[in-house]
Formats: sequence, C-alpha cells, structure tokens
Amino acid sequence: MAGPQSFNDQHPMSRQRKALSLISGGLDSMLATRVIMDQGIHVEGVNFFTGFCVEGHTHAIRRKDRDKPKRNNALWVAETLGIKLHIVDVIDEYKDVVINPKHGYGANMNPCLDCKCFMVRKAHEWIREHDFDFIITGEVVGQRPMSQRRDTMPVVARESGANDLLLRPLCARNLPETLPEREGWVAREKLFDFSGRGRKPQIALARRFGIEDFAQPSGGCCFLTDEAYSHKLADLWAARGERRYELDDIMLLKVGRHLRPRPNFKLIIGREEGENNFLEGYRRQFTHIRTLSHPGPLVLIDGEPGADDITLAARIAARFSKGRDAEQVEVEITPKAGEARRENVPPLPSGEMPAAWYL
Amino acid sequence: MSHYELDARRMLCPMPVIKTQNFVATLKPGDTVEVFCTDHGALNDIPAWSRINGHEVLATRELDGGEVSITVRVGDSDD
Repeated sequence: MAGPQSFNDQHPMSRQRKALSLISGGLDSMLATRVIMDQGIHVEGVNFFTGFCVEGHTHAIRRKDRDKPKRNNALWVAETLGIKLHIVDVIDEYKDVVINPKHGYGANMNPCLDCKCFMVRKAHEWIREHDFDFIITGEVVGQRPMSQRRDTMPVVARESGANDLLLRPLCARNLPETLPEREGWVAREKLFDFSGRGRKPQIALARRFGIEDFAQPSGGCCFLTDEAYSHKLADLWAARGERRYELDDIMLLKVGRHLRPRPNFKLIIGREEGENNFLEGYRRQFTHIRTLSHPGPLVLIDGEPGADDITLAARIAARFSKGRDAEQVEVEITPKAGEARRENVPPLPSGEMPAAWYL
Repeated sequence: MSHYELDARRMLCPMPVIKTQNFVATLKPGDTVEVFCTDHGALNDIPAWSRINGHEVLATRELDGGEVSITVRVGDSDD
C-alpha cells in the first residue's frame, strides 16, 4: 500500500515556484519583483557587485556628504519588498567583461550588453545551484540604447544561457512567451507591455503599489557610463601598456584629482579631508607627498617616477596647498620603500600646469 | 555558541556587507560576530542586511579613529 502522498504529488502544478530577481536598487527591478510576488511566486533578490557600482562610494569617501542620510538602495528595495537579498562579489570575474567586451562599449567604457549577459548568466548559475525556477529583471524594451533594445534583449537571453527562463515582467507582453508564462506559473495577461525611455508607466505602477521614495539615479548606477571616469580608466590602461586592473585601481579612479604630467607617472591629489583620509589608507603602496609648512592635500604618485619627476610632483603638491603663493613650501616625500625626507620647493606656477595634465 | 570579530576596515560598502554575509554563512544560529568598519555606511547597510536575512543586530558602536562596529547575532536559518 502506498504511503501518504505529499502535497506536491497530489498537486504537481501547485508547487511553490521560485524566482530570482536582479535587483539594482532602481525602480524598474523593484516593480518587476513586486509584479511577480503578487502572482504568488517566492522571489529572492540578487545584486552583483562589480567594483564599478556607484552605490555609496563617493558618498562614503567625501566628508561633505557624510552627514546626509545614506542607504544601499538594493538593500532598501529588498527590505521594502520583504525579500531576501544575496549580494555577490563578482569583481574578478567581471574584469573580462570590461576588458574584452564581445559586443563593444557604449558611449563611454560601458560594456552594457556584455554586462547584462554576464549578470543573467550568473543568475542562471545561481538558480541551478539553489533549485529556483526562473529569473526576472526590470528590463524594458527600448529603455537603454545598448542592452535594452528589441534586437539585443534576445541576445541577453541566448548568450546568458537562461533562454526562456528569463522573464521581463514590465515588457513581457512585447516579447515572446517564456517558460514561466507557458507553464502557467505566471499569468501573462497580468504582466506589462512597457516600452521606450519614458518613465510615466513605471511611476504610475509605483503609485499603485504605494511605493514612494525610490531611487532614480540620473546617470545610471555604473561608473563606466561616466565620461570622466572612463577617460581615467583609458589613461590607466594606456600608461600601463596593457588592459588590466585591480580593485584598488578602480577605487582610486573614483577619488581625488588625477593629473598626469609625464607618461611614466600620475598624481592622485585629495580634494578634501574625506578624500585625504581615504588616500591615507593607500600611502604604503605609493610614493607620497604631503606639505608640512602649509596645510595641503595628500598626494600619491602612481607609476615609476625618476628623481626629476618627484621634484615636479612635490612642486605640484605645493601648488595645491595653502602655500601656493609662497616662495617655498616644505614638503615631506616618502618613497614607496624608503625613508621620508624633507625638501623646500617653489610651488609650480599655474601657467606651467597645462590643462592636458588633468585627467 | 561562539563570538567572532571580522575586519572590514578600509572596505567601502557594499564590501563590508558581502564580507559579513559570507562569514555569517559559515556560522551557527546564535553565534555572534562584531564587524569592524571604516565606512560609516555600514551602520545602515549591515543592520538592513541583518533585518532582511533574519539576523539580529545586538549593538552598534562608534570607536576611536573613525571606526565603527556592528555586532550581529546569527538567526535561525530557514534554508
């Protein structure tokens, strides 16, 4: 005689289906998640940390921003929706996306299409390991010029390996049916047909859900879409003669004023107390200069400077100190591996600092 | 039940959260961990992460030298 049947055996179609949602911290992925939760699906979130995420960093570094309320938007979204959030460090794996994007870059160093393929592929790996059924994203057809176009959205599904396990609830009705729809796990008619760059349908849906106070980052959530940041990254690769980076490199590109007076070295100059404190943490890895006779920034020298280069760097450090108009400024120069020494140097006149030095 | 300390100094958010998350995954319910950070954003982010994932923040402290610490008690796992 057969034993008692489990609930799932009696109701094979009733098994609680589980979805993993890519949570950026923005409104669209929040809405997509909520739409699927409302269909009775168990949803958990995942947020991938690439090292280029804008989230919080400059805020954490700059002193003037310290007193403003700060939150991690992905965590806020998860808490507001009442779902778990898995934050995954993909810094090392992500390097290949940035260095060798198969589909190329956008307006700056942003490999958006390769990035989306990568993240959905990681999500696909995750659902297989954790026995989840499908993946959701907040993508909207026509919303982004590279990764969210009618012709590139199928590329993401295909190249990630997720194929029809990838559901975009906000624009699903503009796209072919996916497995969760075909199997009846979610009702296609309760999904949406948003398209284009307009935000009105999302704002209206947010209002309907009673969601307020959501993040609307104007420049996206990735430093690689930023022109000035991309320029600094391109300079780093050109100076090194190879396209590679470590986490410290890309963090330092977010901080301070960067000047390259000579091809063999650049200077990273703190702009205020918070940045100086942050740069202090790196001083043992770099030859560095601070001014003694006048208040001034901490200056890191990145590269292989010769003796003349270090003198030039000291004069530039003096230029950025309160002693910029003095005849001489006393500086302390500490080589990467060596004893600190003191020198008096004349600040470099502004007329001798070409604009091309500024990265 | 054991108590641990975790060094997340000089890391910017969300790295202290990721480090805490990955360390907590190796602990047992009831264990506690005090996470030391220099990014004050962790004062918001680690408690938020803890609430979402069913862990309890026992204390937050502001220490000398601009450091902060957050003490988390590991909740019952439902995985």
